Amino acid sequence: MNTKTLFYILKRLGLAVLTVWVVITVTFFVMRAVPGGPFVGEKAITPAAQAALEAKYGLDKPVFEQYLTYLKDIVTKFDFGPSLKQRGMDVIDIIIDGMKTSIKLGLIAAFIALITGIVLGSVAALRRNSIIDKIIMVITTAFVSMPSFIMGTFLLIIFAVNLGILPANGTTVSGMILPVITLSLYPGAYITRLTRSSMLDVLGQDYIRTAKAKGVSSRSIIFGHALKNSLIPVITYFGPMLAYIVTGSLVVEKIFAVPGIGRAFVDSITGRDYPLIMGTTIVLATLIVIMNLVSDILYKVVDPRINLE
Amino acid sequence: MKKRLFTMHVDLDAFFPASDAEKEYMVQMRPSSTFFKDGIKRLRRNKVAMISFFIIVIIALSSIILPMVWPYSYDAMLGVAPGKPVDMSYNNLAPFTYGYTEQQKIDEGEFVFPHIFGTDSAGRDYFIRVVYGTRISLAVGFFASIIVLIIGMTIGSIAGYCGGIVDLVIMRIVDIIYSLPDTLMVILLSAVLKESGLSEAIEGTVLAKIGSNIISLFIVFGVLYWVSMSRLIRGQILSLREQEYVLAARAAGAKGRWIIPKHLIPNCISVVIISTALQIPNAIFTESYLSFLGLGVNAPMPSLGSLASDALNGIQSYPSRLVIPALVISLIVLSLNLFGDGLRDAFDPKLKS
Repeated sequence: MNTKTLFYILKRLGLAVLTVWVVITVTFFVMRAVPGGPFVGEKAITPAAQAALEAKYGLDKPVFEQYLTYLKDIVTKFDFGPSLKQRGMDVIDIIIDGMKTSIKLGLIAAFIALITGIVLGSVAALRRNSIIDKIIMVITTAFVSMPSFIMGTFLLIIFAVNLGILPANGTTVSGMILPVITLSLYPGAYITRLTRSSMLDVLGQDYIRTAKAKGVSSRSIIFGHALKNSLIPVITYFGPMLAYIVTGSLVVEKIFAVPGIGRAFVDSITGRDYPLIMGTTIVLATLIVIMNLVSDILYKVVDPRINLE
Repeated sequence: MKKRLFTMHVDLDAFFPASDAEKEYMVQMRPSSTFFKDGIKRLRRNKVAMISFFIIVIIALSSIILPMVWPYSYDAMLGVAPGKPVDMSYNNLAPFTYGYTEQQKIDEGEFVFPHIFGTDSAGRDYFIRVVYGTRISLAVGFFASIIVLIIGMTIGSIAGYCGGIVDLVIMRIVDIIYSLPDTLMVILLSAVLKESGLSEAIEGTVLAKIGSNIISLFIVFGVLYWVSMSRLIRGQILSLREQEYVLAARAAGAKGRWIIPKHLIPNCISVVIISTALQIPNAIFTESYLSFLGLGVNAPMPSLGSLASDALNGIQSYPSRLVIPALVISLIVLSLNLFGDGLRDAFDPKLKS
């Protein structure tokens, strides 16, 4: 690794930190801009009780002071304050609770999407213009243009309601099957198309022809040369894929009633639980930023030919 | 005539009128083709893109015309009539069935316009709601993309043309917004804008008709999604501004305010059109996603996303109510994507990835 790469990594790291800070700041001030505050809409309370509640949650201090305290608590203790609606629970506990389920769900979905995407994409590229290639392309095109919430509900209707083979509730192990499939369909289809086009590109390169001319077996051409090089663009998709899975999990967890962080987020929006909205946004955003950072750096490290600007 | 070097004598042969044979040679065999015409020609040859284009046109036209001529309106609850108790027989009708009073009329031999897709749980004709929802979704997608286009083009061209410190500052801001997780920010901003008195602020204006939620969607798009467009434009402008004609314009005394719209933007218009076309399905997707989370259009206005999400409640008994808007969304997004790809192949083969 030369100094240029190192400089690039440092620059990206700085940008990532800056982004997370922007997210925290935007989230904080946007939430404070909501008129009425978090206690509006509850059953009518006396002004004294209102003041006591606000003092308890620190809402009576100047906004900038609240901001500094909030920032300091997050950075030093990962403390997002208490949840306003789920009494006695800290936001970070709710998030960690939800994360346990969501990370499992997301990782399995990402893994399935990667494997199926790479296999199907390579098959489609190697059998270009054959009937298999066409079927794969038609199916993936359909999957790419269907919103995840619709896909999820279709799966729910077919497998849970009509056929009754899988549970509609995502709390058990077999209940995880449908949410995982829903989450992995879009990235799987996308990776298939990505792998196919990059594989086709690689197969047209001179070094493949050279290998063929030298009499290298087609198996070792595919696995030794073509596949390795055609997977480089797939690495760049790691970050966006995670972002998709994180946001996709919001609706998927809502549809299948999975007790994960996505459902906590959706519930917090409808319930106007501001600390929870802020906490979840910041945690998920940080996750996405880190993943983007890793996939970008990985991309440059794997392929030194890539220009660093 | 004697050949002399450096002579001032003109060669008279060059001034004779052209002979017919020479004229024949100069005749234009076919009209010269412009870049635009070439692109259209290539686009026409692309069957998939043309079919998608016609599907979009048909969907768009019918979503505009049908609500004008349809006998039912999207927000009329058919079972509710002034001075009478609510007629529950109009709620949750199956396709091509009728409510109690309508059935009476039919028995008397009157013609009652059929409910092609039945009615929803509040007794509203579902077909016209789907048509109207399509109109809203298309309009949201289109206008959101136009907003993105205008903001992205202005900022991107300024950054590209000015360069230096202006470019540096703008591009750092773009970098940060670009690395923000967009969907999360969209959800956050829509959730807050929904609460923050936007509906009171636009009360009584034309905007009130559109509804505060759609306005906040537009604001969110305007704030977040212009960055990729402005990056694209900046890149184009950076290479274009080194061209000789820009130098010539500058030498003739033109300022940036003249050069950018007159010389630079027209030359990157194909990139702009292509990415705008591909932005529309993206916006429709986002709108349906937000509607599904309850952050989309204001009720009783339907959008395809909100129709699908409303259908979730009665999914076991009335699956067709989900299937119909789902199919329409997929059809629109698919056709727009395929048409956008066709545009890209036709007008800018270099962009093909």
